[in-house]
Amino acid sequence: MSKSNPIIHMGKVKKTFENGTLAVQGMTLDILKGQFISFLGPSGCGKSTVLKMIAGLLRPTSGQILINGKKPNEISSDQNIGYVFQDATLMPWATVEDNVFLPLRLKGITKYQASGDIEKALQKVGLKDFYKSYPRELSGGMKMRVSIARALIMKPKLLLMDEPFAALDEMTRFRLNDDVLSFWENADLTVIFVTHSVFESVYLSNRVIVMAPRPGRVIADISLKDSYPRSEEYRTTSAYTENCRLVSGHLKNSMVKE
Amino acid sequence: MHKKEEEADNIDKQELWERRLKWIMPFMAITFAILIWEFLVRYYEVPHYLIPAPSKISATLWTDGPSLLKAMLFTIKLTFFSLLLAIIGGVLLGMLFALSRTIEMSLFPFAVILQVTPIIAIAPLILIYVNSTFAALLICAWIVAFFPILSNTAIGLRSADHNLRDLFSLYRATPWQRLRFLMLPSALPYFMAALKIAGGLSLIGAVVAEFVAGTAGQNTGLASRILESSFRFEIPRMFAALFLVSILGVSIFLITSLLSHIVLGHWHESEIKREK
Ligand SMILES: Nc1ncnc2c1ncn2[C@@H]1O[C@H](COP(=O)(O)OP(=O)(O)O)[C@@H](O)[C@H]1O
Ligand SMILES: [Mg+2]
Repeated sequence: MSKSNPIIHMGKVKKTFENGTLAVQGMTLDILKGQFISFLGPSGCGKSTVLKMIAGLLRPTSGQILINGKKPNEISSDQNIGYVFQDATLMPWATVEDNVFLPLRLKGITKYQASGDIEKALQKVGLKDFYKSYPRELSGGMKMRVSIARALIMKPKLLLMDEPFAALDEMTRFRLNDDVLSFWENADLTVIFVTHSVFESVYLSNRVIVMAPRPGRVIADISLKDSYPRSEEYRTTSAYTENCRLVSGHLKNSMVKE
Repeated sequence: MHKKEEEADNIDKQELWERRLKWIMPFMAITFAILIWEFLVRYYEVPHYLIPAPSKISATLWTDGPSLLKAMLFTIKLTFFSLLLAIIGGVLLGMLFALSRTIEMSLFPFAVILQVTPIIAIAPLILIYVNSTFAALLICAWIVAFFPILSNTAIGLRSADHNLRDLFSLYRATPWQRLRFLMLPSALPYFMAALKIAGGLSLIGAVVAEFVAGTAGQNTGLASRILESSFRFEIPRMFAALFLVSILGVSIFLITSLLSHIVLGHWHESEIKREK
């Protein structure tokens, strides 16, 4: 498993919305294959905008984004991208099974052909027994697991997560953090994880991009020493505390300059 | 353990009782009202050409049954077809509106004009221009029922969650897949709400249009029976026809409510009974 080629290249990316809001400016960044990278910053600093541009859901006003050398809307559909939103974004009218099935269904695969994949995906997130449930019957954490299963069912090489656990209680969040880490470790996967929590970014990633608002920009690019696999104990090590202090310092700098 | 079971049993019984109460209470209230009506008419000896007693009305229902039922069938047919056309037209145009703002902006005023002009004022014109009376009546009832379906469908189709829309774009959904798997299910609660309204409106449209059309012709509905009876001062018959119209209205309400429950019951907040 090679974890060193750039999978995403961003060059001088700028995004101005139609209403004149300058959301992102001068963003230049190479993301290497296999990295677990966090975008950290206060709300409104353009994290979601960057993620949507990478996914091809928004077009940069200027600058360039390349995924494996291609523009986001030109990559072939089998090099798919997984996307997880802050709220689980499930279809309330569909069962857990049908929600996870969605990406395959949109590719024209029948439910019969997909049943094995669906079962595997649900098993991975520990929800095999809930495949006939409706989203409203699940807790927040379970909904998020369904959302993750849906994002992973196409076996993407790139997983984008936009503050996925911000609305969950701490215990659930910790558990899901570990789950995401294990998915990443066991697959040829690059993860971009958006968060406004210093602790979450340090716990999960081997690289933290600190962003500042007005206009949204990168103010620090911090590499954290690899020490995977990580588990609850990592939260009590001095390396973890040290990293948190380092990242917080950069984040504070961004606030002071404002 | 034993106590707990008993408790659960009690809760079950209570729920069953509540569910029955939902039917028993209205039934008893209506029976009571009818009894009072019967009593008052008899006690004050109100002549039946002013206010007939319920017993007199039911007797009329029995004797005039065949002719009234035939009329009722006609009204049902009229109501049903106008509602069906309203659904087809409303949903198709609603989809067109959701697809294109330009089309919506140009056509919406017409829909509003049709909606706000009282049907009773347009009906005579329609009756003049359209040869077949049934077709004319159908158009009148359709105009009344059409608007809520159109506007709710258009709003509902646009109500899809924006993150879900992004997800569909991410997976390169075709316009058809987007419509089928995202927009239509999102619009369903709005559509069902419109259907409940439009069902009642199509009956109102059918009755009003027939009033304007008058009693001409053999094949006529309950409204004509009411008009006819009023000319002949057959007040009990008028009440009997009126009774059938309300039965029809209530049935439409119950059927559309049931339909809404069947379609939305397993997922939409409006149809889910919260446990206390
Ligand atoms: N569709 C949009 N139209 C106009 N402005 C937007 C839009 N989306 C986001 N913005 C603005 O862009 C800035 C960055 O937003 P966002 O990327 O959502 O920030 P974050 O995810 O870091 O909280 C904010 O000021 C926000 O108000
Ligand atoms: Mg955001």
